[in-house]
Amino acid sequence: MTELLGIPPQLLFGQLLLGLINGSFYAVLSLGLAVIFGMLNVINFAHGALYMTGAFVAWLLLSYLGIPYWAALVLAPLVVGLLGILLERTMLSRLYKLDHLYGLLLTFGLALIIEGLFRNAYGVSGQPYPIPSWLQGGFNLGFMFLPVYRGWVVLASIVICFGTWFLIERTRLGSYLRAAVENPQLVRAFGINVPLMMTLTYGGAVALAGFAGVLAAPIYQVNPLMGQQMIIVVFAIVVIGGLGSIMGSIVTGLGVGVIEGLAKTFYPEGSATVVFVLMAIVLLLRPHGLFGRTRT
Amino acid sequence: MQVSRIALCAAAFGLITTGAQAEISDNTIKIGVMNDQSGLYTDLGGPGSVEAVRMAVEEIGGEIAGAKIEVLSADHQNKPDIGSSIARQWIDQEGVDVIVDVPNSGVALAVSKLTGENDVAFLNSGAATTRLTNEDCQPTTVHYTYDTYALAIGTGKAMVEEGGKSWFFITADYAFGHSLEQDTSNVVKENGGEVLGTVRHPLSSSDFSSYLLQAQGSGAQVIGLANAGGDTTNTIKQANEFGIVQSGQQLASLLIFLTDVDSLGLDVAQGLTLTTGFYWDRDEESREFAKRFAERMNGQQPTMVHAGVYSGMKHYLAALAEIGDDGGKAVVDQMKKMPINDFFAKDGVIREDGRMVHDMYLARVKAPGDSSGKWDYYEILRTIPGDQAFQPLSESRCPLVTQ
Repeated sequence: MTELLGIPPQLLFGQLLLGLINGSFYAVLSLGLAVIFGMLNVINFAHGALYMTGAFVAWLLLSYLGIPYWAALVLAPLVVGLLGILLERTMLSRLYKLDHLYGLLLTFGLALIIEGLFRNAYGVSGQPYPIPSWLQGGFNLGFMFLPVYRGWVVLASIVICFGTWFLIERTRLGSYLRAAVENPQLVRAFGINVPLMMTLTYGGAVALAGFAGVLAAPIYQVNPLMGQQMIIVVFAIVVIGGLGSIMGSIVTGLGVGVIEGLAKTFYPEGSATVVFVLMAIVLLLRPHGLFGRTRT
Repeated sequence: MQVSRIALCAAAFGLITTGAQAEISDNTIKIGVMNDQSGLYTDLGGPGSVEAVRMAVEEIGGEIAGAKIEVLSADHQNKPDIGSSIARQWIDQEGVDVIVDVPNSGVALAVSKLTGENDVAFLNSGAATTRLTNEDCQPTTVHYTYDTYALAIGTGKAMVEEGGKSWFFITADYAFGHSLEQDTSNVVKENGGEVLGTVRHPLSSSDFSSYLLQAQGSGAQVIGLANAGGDTTNTIKQANEFGIVQSGQQLASLLIFLTDVDSLGLDVAQGLTLTTGFYWDRDEESREFAKRFAERMNGQQPTMVHAGVYSGMKHYLAALAEIGDDGGKAVVDQMKKMPINDFFAKDGVIREDGRMVHDMYLARVKAPGDSSGKWDYYEILRTIPGDQAFQPLSESRCPLVTQ
């Protein structure tokens, strides 16, 4: 058998594909973070906790009300989005005028509280969420067995990511948003309700995290710690891609997934670190990230 | 009288004593329960172990010979440096007499060294590494519930005997994983099997599909999971998703706890073979303990770690009451003299290397149809007698063992 870099090509293709699957989770999460930072100037540390909340809401809906996966895919992001709106209105909106650090501290505290509440109520072992029956099984791709569900995750993430990108970069609403970021006073003078737009942006972006949580529920154990494991990597991705760059965060999310997949094949012990090494290199060479612009 | 007798004994056997008098220091007995209270090992030990210690303390009336018993607890967050600094603070400032539980082999090894240097007893229930009773053994350390050798002998041997000759390991990349992989590899090879490969993942990973794919590619008959807690449950869940078992490979969950099975659900976990030091529904006595434990823990049944903490604590307090001294080595020496007979162990003995030798059980996870409900998860296949379950003393690398 011919080998590529010392391993059979089948294995390599399999790993690349798995990397892409993990990358799509990263992409949806880092997208939300990038939107929040770009529009609100807030470093949202609660993003991981809200991702976990999305997964838990899906599990609660299923086990207490018997509401199936498809409905949860809509309902859980709504619940998380509403929670986000509540947090933004009551707390976060008071901090916009202050330094970034305050927003970071507030959201970090919120993350600890949310995680603590779930841990107290449900323990850390996690809850089982079954893969919906029509997404069970898999395809044999020749080089690997691809579970149908993982294929669905990639598809759903890509649609959501590009939908969000389109909304912000190519629609009238998106242009208002971008204008409000540049010069809120002027946009307000045109009669546009800027604070409302900010609130909806935050709600929408954390709803994305909730959506990713529902996608993740059948793959990982629904577990209060699942956001914690994810958030640090996702932050590194946003830094690599360039803070506030939407397309940058999507592309970097997918790319980092693939690189991590390769690390798991060639040097598994370092797979948890490779992202941060990458981040350090990017920061040295391009301090504003691969796709970032210098802010004036 | 007691003082002079012990001093005489010590002199007679040429032992080095710390010069401490046989008395209970500060007239309090302080117990420090240290474990993972927030991370992936919380449910198998965590607050349950603290509660188990409280039960043991309450049952003997909260004091021994007028000395009040206090219980402290702390979260080591699975980090050896945090564990060491908590232990140091407990020993130096709080005057803690015994440290209990300490899952996570990395932290346990660090704590064992510290307690050994400071004549504080260390009752380990949660950690698995055999190093605690081999090259890193201490006269003050007791390894109570299980270890990687026993897991390997139980699950590893059973699976090789059933025809699983070729193995691939998915291993947690720290002291525990390495130890479990090593011990199981030895058992596999001794019984005529072979190890085709191994992949080591960082502790607390979430995606295991890459490793599973490598295991699948190896063509091994058995995939040995040398990890624990959330890492194991995620591996099993994803192995199910990728059709690993359906395509003919077997999973050997070398260390899996009752709480892990509960969180996986029987649909996914059914048929797994495992080794455990305790199962709550095994006999009258174990059910009686489990009932009292569950009443205090919102219905959660005890894992083997919880049961080991409780049984070990009772034994420690009994030994302390016997000699009226809370010096670490003195109590542990006394514990080694007294056999253990309770719901957890029959004729359990603590050897000179600190290993508590008791029967282990080979179990299989029930199918959903065979289970009568929550927590009814295991069918006990056979008892592994203590002298076979644990590493023979003749193979010990512990300097305390007189060969």
